This record gives sequence, C-alpha cells and structure tokens, in this order.
Amino acid sequence: MSTYTLSRGIKQTHKPGENPWSVSRMAALLVLAVLAATWLVPFAWSVLTSLKSEADAGAAGITLNPPDGFSFDAYRKVLSAGDIPAWAWNSLLTSVAITFITVATSALAGYAFSRVNFKGKRWLYAAIIAAIIIPPQLLIVPLFRQMLAFNLVDTYWGIILPQSFAPAMVLILKRFFDQIPVELEDAARVDGAGRLRVFWSVVLPLSRPILAAVAIFVFIGAWNNFLWPFIVTTDAHLMTLPVGLQTVKSAYGLQYAQNMASAILAALPLVLVFLFFQRQIIKGIATTGFGGQ
Amino acid sequence: MSTAIDTPAATAEKVTAQGKARAKRGETLTGWAFAAPFAVLFVLFLVVPALYGLYLSFTGETLTGAGSGLVGLANYGDALRDPDMWKSLGNTLWFTVLSTIPLVVLSLALALLVNLGLPGRWLWRLSFFLPYLLASTVVVMFWSWMYNPTLGLINGVLAKFGAAPVAWLQDPKVAMLSVVITTLWWTIGFNFLLYLAALQNIPEQQFEAAAIDGAGKWRQLFSIVIPQLTPTTALILTLQILASLKVFDQIYMLTNGGPAGKTRSIVQYIYESGFTGYRFGYSSAISYLFFVLIVLVALAQYKLINRRSAA
Repeated sequence: MSTYTLSRGIKQTHKPGENPWSVSRMAALLVLAVLAATWLVPFAWSVLTSLKSEADAGAAGITLNPPDGFSFDAYRKVLSAGDIPAWAWNSLLTSVAITFITVATSALAGYAFSRVNFKGKRWLYAAIIAAIIIPPQLLIVPLFRQMLAFNLVDTYWGIILPQSFAPAMVLILKRFFDQIPVELEDAARVDGAGRLRVFWSVVLPLSRPILAAVAIFVFIGAWNNFLWPFIVTTDAHLMTLPVGLQTVKSAYGLQYAQNMASAILAALPLVLVFLFFQRQIIKGIATTGFGGQ
Repeated sequence: MSTAIDTPAATAEKVTAQGKARAKRGETLTGWAFAAPFAVLFVLFLVVPALYGLYLSFTGETLTGAGSGLVGLANYGDALRDPDMWKSLGNTLWFTVLSTIPLVVLSLALALLVNLGLPGRWLWRLSFFLPYLLASTVVVMFWSWMYNPTLGLINGVLAKFGAAPVAWLQDPKVAMLSVVITTLWWTIGFNFLLYLAALQNIPEQQFEAAAIDGAGKWRQLFSIVIPQLTPTTALILTLQILASLKVFDQIYMLTNGGPAGKTRSIVQYIYESGFTGYRFGYSSAISYLFFVLIVLVALAQYKLINRRSAA
C-alpha cells in the first residue's frame, strides 16, 4: 500500500528559501483558525449547556457565567435515572458482534476471491458488485417482514445479522490480498499447510493494518447506525444508544442540560476511538475511500 | 482386451487430467467453504429481501393483509401519479444539489489550507473530522439546540447584532438550508481527509519544476494541483451524490420532513408509506423506482468518469 503518506507526519510545504512567517501564510492561518473554531462551536456550546443547571440552560441569551455555576448534575441524573447505560451496553454488544462477524466473513470471502479458483466465483463476484449500489435503506420493508417471519424483531440477532456483511469490505480486502506475493504462501503450502492454515498464519498476519482499518470503520458504522436498529427494536431495553437517545429527546421535554449531557455521553466513546485509532482511521480513508454515513 | 491399448503417455495424460479435475473440484470446495459464511448472510439479508421487495411491489400488501394479492403494475402507476412522491423526490434532488456543491468545494479548500504546512495540523484535522464520527442522533441533538428559536446559540448571536430571530427549522424558506448546514458540518471531514491524502501524493518535484519555470502559487494551484486531483474529485463526487440521494436520518430527526413536507426525503416517504401507512406493496414500488434512479445516476457517473480518463 503506497498511496498514503498522511501518517508519515508533517510534510513541509514551504520551500527552504520561503519565509514561514510571511503575510500570506499568516492570513491562511487566520482563515483556518476561524473555520476550525466554527466547526468546534456546536461541541463547545453543547458541553457548556450540559454543565449548567436546567434553569440556566433554559434561560434566554448567551450566558458564559451562569448564575447557578457549572456542575456535573445533568450527567449524574442522566446516568442514574435514564436508560443510557443499558443502551450503551446494547450498542457495544451489537457493534462488537457486527464488527467481528463482518471482518471474519469479509476476510474469508475476500481470500477466496483473491486466491482460489472456484466454480461460481464470477457469479458471486458480479452479485457483490451489483449489491454495492443497492442502498440498504430501500430494503427496510421486506427486511422487516423477514425479521417478523424469523421471529427476530426485538432481539439482538435482529439488530446484528442484517448488518453483519459488507460487500464493499470484501472487495477492499480482496484488493489487499491480491498484492501479497503468492510466493509467501507457496512456501507454507510446500510444507504441507492447508488453505485455512495458510490463510490464518501467513495471510492474516500480513493484513493486520487493513483488517484494523476495516474493523474500525465497521464498528463506527454499526455504533452510529440509526435506521435499522430504529426499525427492528420497539422494546426500550433493547434499543441501541442512537435509537434510545431519539426517545429521550421527547421524554425529557425541556430538560436541555440533561439532553446535551446525553448527547455528549453518546459522542464520547467515538471521540475516544478516534484518539486511539487516529492513524488507522486516516489511513483507512486515504487508501480505500470508504466510510459510513 | 480392449482394442485401445493405452500408451504410457496417454495414461499419464489421463492421470493428470483426472488429477486436474480432482484439484478443480477441491478448489471449488475450498472456495465455497471460504465464501460461504459471507454468501449465506449476503443471500439471506440482501438478495432475499431485494427479491421479496420486488415481489411485494406487485402486490397490494398492507399490514392487515387485507387487499393483498397481485395487483400488477398498479403500485408503480400510483407512485408515478402521487404528488407526494414527486415532492419528496424533488426535495431529495434539491438537497443533493445544495449539499454536494459545498461538500466538494469547501472540503477541497479546507484540505488546501491544511496542506500549506501551517502549524497546528493535528488540531485542524481533528476539528473538521470529529463531527463525522458522531451518530446522526447526536448531531441532531447538537443542532436542534443550536437552531432553537429562543435559546439557540445562532439566534443568540444574531440578537447581539440586532438581527431578528430566524425560525431555522420551522420556516419553510430556511428549513432545507438548515438541514444542509448541519449535513455540511457533520460529513465534510470525510471528503476533507480524502482530498488531504490526495494532496500529499502529488510529487514535490512537480512544484519545484513549476517554480523554476516561474509559476506562482496560484498558477501552480490551477495548473498542477487541481488537475492532479481530478480522480479524487471524481471519487468524491460519486460517493457524495449517492450519499446525498439516500439522506434520511438528520432530516427525519431535525424537521420530521416538515414544515409542510418541504424537507421530506424520498427515503422518509418510503419509510412512512411502509411503517406508518402500512402500505408495504406501495412502499416497495417506490423503493424500486428510486433504485432505478440510483442505478441511472451511478451509470451516468461511471460513463462520464471513464470518458474523461480515456480522453
């Protein structure tokens, strides 16, 4: 994979003779700072609101020094009274399961497409390409009726299974496996290793970076998915965080501070994921051009 | 004794042919063993619902089962005559136009700025990319609060300048714009990172050569950078148009399609006809009409991009 250089750190773009503190560079810096600040404002405003008392949050005008002062009351209330911990657990459980199944099935299928000449391969491959164009949003009605028939409405499996395969990821992994020299596998096969053994102990270790990137993206997509879990769950105890939050909004009514505290709590895990896996996420986007949403 | 006496060479040939056939069968078995877990999920949760949806679209299926049975193309005819379908399709196309242009142009501008090598690079990257990681629900909670007519930050700032408050989500004239602003904030980070990665891949020597030839910064931008980014722009445009056409979450939660259906998207209309109107057959028919549109858009883009790269 040679298409990324982003993670190699800062590339200097000013020439040796160029003044790094020139007026035009300072102007660019100012524009950038204003834009970045604009992008951070909704976060800041929400965090600020979540730290106020309900009375202060519901007062008109922009108050930066609320009369009641700042506190974590809203967070305490949301965590103790609400369903948020349960929803977070549901989100974690389903997202991890979806990630695990998707990565495992995509890697196996991607390997078959890359290395094995099997009958029906072309057909399956064509079907996968065609499937990438189908927006999952359009299948909600038949899929929901199917779930009714399988008795999977309001179950974890109902949330997990329809999200646990990703045609695009199969193609991305196939493309990666294609680049691994066959000679590496041949050596192991001469020693008598079977396909699965070769896949497990030669191919997978070499594919760690791409597997990590795929896993992170699947996880983020699953954690954030709204429409499918929203349709397949009606039981409040089984809702994922995004779906549950949607119900909180109406239940809390005018409790703005608690509202914002829930939103911040829901955003936190992904901010942490980003801080930990920054490099893989950026590499993933740079090399494959895939993402959720 | 058979008349055909196998020569050693023929025997060898037969044996290798047999071996090859066996190896081929083995390969097919192995291939399917590897592909099976994916294939099973793929067939069960994509192929089957896709075909089932197609079948439903020719039936009069409702929740109660009343009026079910094949109705031929009636649903498709109804859909094409349905003013609400056209209205939500129009909204979706309008949203796509309004969102795609800034999501391509502004993301390029941001990437160019960040790529200047100014200090604080990680902070810029984080600021623009962070919203992309949020769930639509969280994004909507943030922005409903920003847009709040009496308590929201935006109207609060406007008030400081003496401007009248704007009903961001309730005013039919601005509601779609508000949705676009939120979408821009939420999703620009992805395009931004794609552009940033592409910018880093432009060989440094090209700039040096251009500088020696006396090309200024702006000249370099238009003669080297932007042409080199064409494949990336094509990719971003493709992904963006397809993503915008499928818009649902943020609109559904911000405005619920209102005011007066002004922001209702086609996916929302499919959802509503299926899950609140319980007209499963009708909903499926619209899904398929919309799918045809998406395929046409994808094909048109594919043709355009291929022609450009062939030229």
